[in-house]
Amino acid sequence: MNSKNILIKVNQLYKIFGDGDKNALDLVKNGIGKDELLEKSNCVLGLNNINLNIDKGKIQVVMGLSGSGKSTLIRHLNRLIEPTSGEILFNDTNILNLTSKELIQFRQNNMSMVFQKFALFPHKTILQNVGYGLAIQNISKDEWSEKAQKWIKRVGLDGYETYYPGQLSGGMQQRVGLARALATDAEILLMDEAFSALDPLIRSEMQNILLDLQSELHKTIIFITHDLDEALKIGDRIAILRDGSMVQDSDPQEIIMNPADEYVSDFIKDINRARVIQAKSIMTPTNTKSSGATVKEDMVLEDILQIMSDAPSKPVTIENSKGKVTGKIEMVNLIEGMKRPKSLGTNITG
Amino acid sequence: MDWFFNFPDMSRSDLREFKKTVDFAFTDFSRTYGQAIEEFFEPLLMFLVWFEKLFINTPWPIIIFSILLLAWIGSRSILIVVGTFLSFMLIGYFGMWEDTMSTLAIILVATFLCIAIGIPLGIAMARSNKVQAAIVPVLDVMQTIPSFVYLIPVVMLLGIGKVPGLIAVCIYAIPPIVRLTNLGIRLVDKDVLEAADSFGANYWQKLLGVQMPLALPTIFAGVNQTIMMALAMVVIASMIGVKGLGLPVLRAISNQYLALGLMNGLAIVILAIIFDRVTQKFGLRMQKYRNEGKD
Repeated sequence: MNSKNILIKVNQLYKIFGDGDKNALDLVKNGIGKDELLEKSNCVLGLNNINLNIDKGKIQVVMGLSGSGKSTLIRHLNRLIEPTSGEILFNDTNILNLTSKELIQFRQNNMSMVFQKFALFPHKTILQNVGYGLAIQNISKDEWSEKAQKWIKRVGLDGYETYYPGQLSGGMQQRVGLARALATDAEILLMDEAFSALDPLIRSEMQNILLDLQSELHKTIIFITHDLDEALKIGDRIAILRDGSMVQDSDPQEIIMNPADEYVSDFIKDINRARVIQAKSIMTPTNTKSSGATVKEDMVLEDILQIMSDAPSKPVTIENSKGKVTGKIEMVNLIEGMKRPKSLGTNITG
Repeated sequence: MDWFFNFPDMSRSDLREFKKTVDFAFTDFSRTYGQAIEEFFEPLLMFLVWFEKLFINTPWPIIIFSILLLAWIGSRSILIVVGTFLSFMLIGYFGMWEDTMSTLAIILVATFLCIAIGIPLGIAMARSNKVQAAIVPVLDVMQTIPSFVYLIPVVMLLGIGKVPGLIAVCIYAIPPIVRLTNLGIRLVDKDVLEAADSFGANYWQKLLGVQMPLALPTIFAGVNQTIMMALAMVVIASMIGVKGLGLPVLRAISNQYLALGLMNGLAIVILAIIFDRVTQKFGLRMQKYRNEGKD
């Protein structure tokens, strides 16, 4: 990976909640576990040696069960939580060294956040909510309300400017949350389980809105979720946390094909593999054309199956986005790819 | 075994000496600084006198009209406005107009003072747990100590009159507004504050733009309580020279005038009810946005 594209670099980040930090930090560095630490020093291990590079313009998903430290991690990026030790570099500036004035500047200009429970200001109208990030920068009312208006329209809420958050449904409230975060033009967007509180249909709709916006804006997005389907749908990269430690950080395809350990395997056990695994993950590399149809590298197995069912004996040709042949897939590969790997067990569930 | 049956207290002469020392010390203090303190409160006294005169000298129809207008602005309820009108007509008809105006004047000034001191105190308490720990016991003492006890030093320092009366009323009435300002700010949703933080709001922007507006209904409940407690102090304050509805009540107690006591007592009750209903309605209207939720 090209290091020039890295926008945020998290290095050896530790967070221990509770008193007696210094002593506890040494214990953790010597490899003590979360439960042991709680027993020995009455401290809670939040983050344990997190290293993460986040690329500019990409969506980095951070996944984990509740209590795994994902919300703690995202709050370190804008220092809503102070770390116990480590560094966070943004364009080579260590965020942790910013003075409180610089930090306020940084939050106003470089990062904005979308929250799980929306966290809208109940006493402000939708227009005032969306314009909040700008209004506190002492921008004139005309200017911020014009920008806010634009973003309200962009998320499909025009006509609701004078409403209060309490008058909108959950899905609409989160659109306001998204518009509020986008209105400051910050290049980094932090999304803390932003869609988790929404029902499935609305959630899927919001995911599409986000992807649609992203294809146009190319923000650097850090997206927290506990939902693997969501992670696979929107993530360019997925990091998985467990008990405050990073278990795996890789390409989504890699997570499915090569889960790092049992915890990750558990996560991916129940997904519909045919719908998420792409051609490039299972193809046999070659640069000669095969006898069957030609498909793109990122086509999922389900769709390839549809195409191959017309001529099962003919292998399909795989080409990359530039039209160059990169491999082939035979029916056997397809079946092999959809099958759960041995590591995930053979019992059929669900 | 004498110590077992009789509490080993200090000797009578020692005790007398102790009390004497305290009394003399305070007398000395009030002799040295009384003048200065009185001068310090001089502007307040001037204002109080002016304000009371304003209420008494303004023709009664203008006063009633202003009160009805305020009641309407606060409550937006015809019922309350009509009730207020009838109450004031009744008070006037029974010859208590001037006393009511005096009471109204001191209550308003006391409430204003309590708000001006109490809200910043409440904000300071909400900001720091240490400040809270320091102020809460003081408030406890102010609310529980019998009013007569703190009347003594106040009278020793400032003598009898409007200002000591006002101070006595404020000591009694200020705790609710301080407590409820503190509580209101502390109860503001942490998520919403975090959101303000994440957008780079500074302390004052958070306080004035998020915490205070969201705490306002609670703070207003405090204002309501403060007014009620100030009214409750009217009779006691009249003992140290505050004019108004309390004075006739005091006279009624010492002379056993039943009708006089009842009339003036009821006038105080009527004032309390009007203040309470209007401020409560106003408090409710301030949080209207909370009740309009769809789901």
